[in-house]
Amino acid sequence: MSVTLEPNTQQIKEQKIYQQMGLSDAEFQMVEDILGRTPNYTETGLFSVMWSEHCSYKNSKPVLSKFPTKGEHVLQGPGEGAGIVDIGDGQAAVFKMESHNHPSAIEPYQGAATGVGGIIRDVFSMGARPVALLNSLRFGELETPRVKYLFEEVVAGIAGYGNCIGIPTVGGEVQFDASYDGNPLVNAMCVGLIDHKDIQKGIAKGTGNPVMYVGAKTGRDGIHGATFASEELTDSSDEKRPAVQVGDPFMEKLLLEACLELVKSDALIGIQDMGAAGLTSSSAEMASKAGSGIEMDLDHVPQRETGMTAYEMMLSESQERMLIVVKQGREPEIVELFEKYGLDAVTVGRVTDDSTLRLKHKGEIVAEVPVDALAEDAPVYHQKSSVPEYYREFQSLPNEEPKVEDHQATLLSLLQQPTIASKEWVYNQYDHQVRTSTVVTPGSDAAVIRVRGTNKGLAMTTDCNSRYIYLDPETGGKIAVAEAARNVVVSGAKPLAITDCLNFGNPEKPEIFWQLEKAADGMSAACLQLNAPVIGGNVSLYNETNGTAVYPTPTIGLVGLVEDLKHVTTQDAKKQGDFVYLVGGSMTEFGGSELQKMVEGRIFGKAPSIDLDVEAQRQAAILSAIQQGLVQSAHDVAEGGVAVALAEKTFGNGLGVEVNLTGSKTTALFSETQSRFLLTVSPEQAQAFEGTVKDARKIGEVTGDRMIVKGEDGAVWIDESVETLRSAWKGAIPCLLKSEA
Amino acid sequence: MKFAVIVFPGSNCDLDMYHAIKDELGEEAEYVWHDTHDLSGYDGILLPGGFSYGDYLRAGAIARFAGVMDEVRKAAEAGKPVLGVCNGFQILTEAGLLPGMLMRNKDLKFTCRTVSLKVENAHTLFTNEYKEGEEIRIPVAHGEGNYYCDDATYQHLKDNNQIVFTYAEDFNGSRNNIAGIINERGNVLGMMPHPERAVSDLIGGTDGLPLFRSIVKQWRESHVSHA
Repeated sequence: MSVTLEPNTQQIKEQKIYQQMGLSDAEFQMVEDILGRTPNYTETGLFSVMWSEHCSYKNSKPVLSKFPTKGEHVLQGPGEGAGIVDIGDGQAAVFKMESHNHPSAIEPYQGAATGVGGIIRDVFSMGARPVALLNSLRFGELETPRVKYLFEEVVAGIAGYGNCIGIPTVGGEVQFDASYDGNPLVNAMCVGLIDHKDIQKGIAKGTGNPVMYVGAKTGRDGIHGATFASEELTDSSDEKRPAVQVGDPFMEKLLLEACLELVKSDALIGIQDMGAAGLTSSSAEMASKAGSGIEMDLDHVPQRETGMTAYEMMLSESQERMLIVVKQGREPEIVELFEKYGLDAVTVGRVTDDSTLRLKHKGEIVAEVPVDALAEDAPVYHQKSSVPEYYREFQSLPNEEPKVEDHQATLLSLLQQPTIASKEWVYNQYDHQVRTSTVVTPGSDAAVIRVRGTNKGLAMTTDCNSRYIYLDPETGGKIAVAEAARNVVVSGAKPLAITDCLNFGNPEKPEIFWQLEKAADGMSAACLQLNAPVIGGNVSLYNETNGTAVYPTPTIGLVGLVEDLKHVTTQDAKKQGDFVYLVGGSMTEFGGSELQKMVEGRIFGKAPSIDLDVEAQRQAAILSAIQQGLVQSAHDVAEGGVAVALAEKTFGNGLGVEVNLTGSKTTALFSETQSRFLLTVSPEQAQAFEGTVKDARKIGEVTGDRMIVKGEDGAVWIDESVETLRSAWKGAIPCLLKSEA
Repeated sequence: MKFAVIVFPGSNCDLDMYHAIKDELGEEAEYVWHDTHDLSGYDGILLPGGFSYGDYLRAGAIARFAGVMDEVRKAAEAGKPVLGVCNGFQILTEAGLLPGMLMRNKDLKFTCRTVSLKVENAHTLFTNEYKEGEEIRIPVAHGEGNYYCDDATYQHLKDNNQIVFTYAEDFNGSRNNIAGIINERGNVLGMMPHPERAVSDLIGGTDGLPLFRSIVKQWRESHVSHA
């Protein structure tokens, strides 16, 4: 039999073993001060995970406090498993997005799969029925075998988990850029539905009440996952593979159904997912929120392996587990409920009144720590911020058009850029229809699901153009929120709230921290202006490989309410003879654009400008026109400009367009000026539409099967068959995956 | 008409099947847990899609041992309509109620999209509301839908008109594009595409509705004639 010999307190201190767990010298000193003694090995482990950036937000708290988190619809802001917004009729939408970047970089299938599993648990731990999944993915250029492998396996992992558990993956985005080469981003979002009366919280109230462990058994997987997530990736990160968990979606399906049955029981007091930092965070946070303590006997923890130590059990991130607190004496009915699903439900401890997390193992007390010290008292760092040199330089550059010779060939090339190209190869692997509520399937601006039993729907999207944010974090932050809102508005919904994943580099570098601060400023301003508060999310820092950071990527997940399903609008042109309208003029803005990247091979200059007043006013006008039934199709103008957006409008139904644009050819076709929309309107409704959307300009008509764009002088800029454009757009990603690197 | 929607641990299209029957067809439906030992109160049995028992080992391989399967077999022997969709089809083949088996799709990827099916046999209790040779659009969502059987079985299926639906275009590698087959007696249908996902214009068309209407029509007629 093997015996694990843990270092004693003296060794931990003298050999600085705490550093390997991620605690700094100063932090270890703080722990000693709090305890009045040197922590033992298990206690050091508890502090190190709870004080990791992933769990404590110690570097990002000052930034997160900038976000507006309140609003008329907000029922639950940040701090619980997921945020909640009211959608009327006693119902609410529950949603959150979370990153699983580091695990996915090392073991892409399981990393992505468990990312999905974790975010689903966050939603049903609130008592909500998960009804939709989305994701936001970033990879290096789709050229090397490694990137192709990561891309294929991440998609397979998301599909494997979501398809099996039976929650439709209805939307998402994928962007490819060299900055993500060694550090892909995998952000998963889950949306749930709940009746107000069923909303649950993760609290451990009532001294003497039993603390029960439900779900899968604990193994040695994922130990220190939260700490790993709070470090930079290096060439030796493969050694951290054991910190990646393994997912079992079948187990989670059982846990999901059991927990949703449980929330209907008045025996339940509190429930929380054992996510990052597993048993440690769930117990400490539930007790801390209730102002109570918890005492657990780890001998009772269901274990998958023999000989596990207290340290291993407390730090394991085995998946598909929940911690619950129930009313004393009601344990037998809880055990019976979980037995129906073949799951463990075991009393592992009690709620106490001494605000202490006390752990017993094999008859001895192995840890005794104040719960608030773990959950609340992590140090907060106000990192230094400094303006990077690149930003000053980019701001000083003039706005210029990239050189384009053949505009029609350029459009074809843009449509084949993997960031713009059809993502059918991706979303056809996701079951996006299970639960038979998906009204708008992947491929339009936002997905829409119906709320069964009502005439309402939820529109949802994920979005972030990180190139703009790299060039100008504040402006880019505004654009990220505004574009997510645009996607939802053109689908016929009113934005309700956002969740975000702040994926950044190492915050201890002043230039990175500056990106984080400025992006948050921009996002906050847009959230306020567009009335979409932040109700939750997560922070993923240290996204660096061998010292190089990813582009700052604060992914936005936005949910909007479709008040009546007849408002649902898609991007595809519907009928020949309908008028095509463009809202918003084109300026020479190519910084961070798809065209600039394609032509110049790099991005530089200023990000496109954005006026949030104009944005809000246009969004309101367009939503009003849609709600009045005046719009046949609607699409926002994004990567690749008006030309790409026009082409995209033709693909769904194979109808053509013929339009006239004004101004300089390259700018009119490919500029990425913000706050612009393309809509089609039937001729009979044109007048009413123009009365509602005042700055809409009629540029042409929906036609047969060609896309024709002319300049003011009648010169033909583009004249190509929809089929040619569509097959280029559709075939690009499968073709890149097949090609030899 | 009263339908049982069998729920195995890991079933996930049970809700869709239930609502298709209740909301779109206006007939009765009840969820029936996998350990039930009495299906005598039901007129039709529906085995929904999903990942019963996680599809561990092989899709449907564990579900065939569930307590309720003896009852499903009895219902089939009694001539009641039994419909298995997706995972339900896989379970029916594993249980020996339908011949052949379902392997991984030829590209080894899960595929979710709407495909065209050809109605090969419109003279079954499941398809009498379709026209023979009609093309219908029905969603598929599976990773293991590649139907395989040996030559003798295929010939037998063909000779007995047991091939009910074929794919208009091959996408998963199924033998002779087989999408759905029926047993010899004609009361057990297994198919990979999801007719319960095509019962409303709001969510993917209504080409699946005639399938359910056929079942109800046949049942009504047989019960009128018996009365």
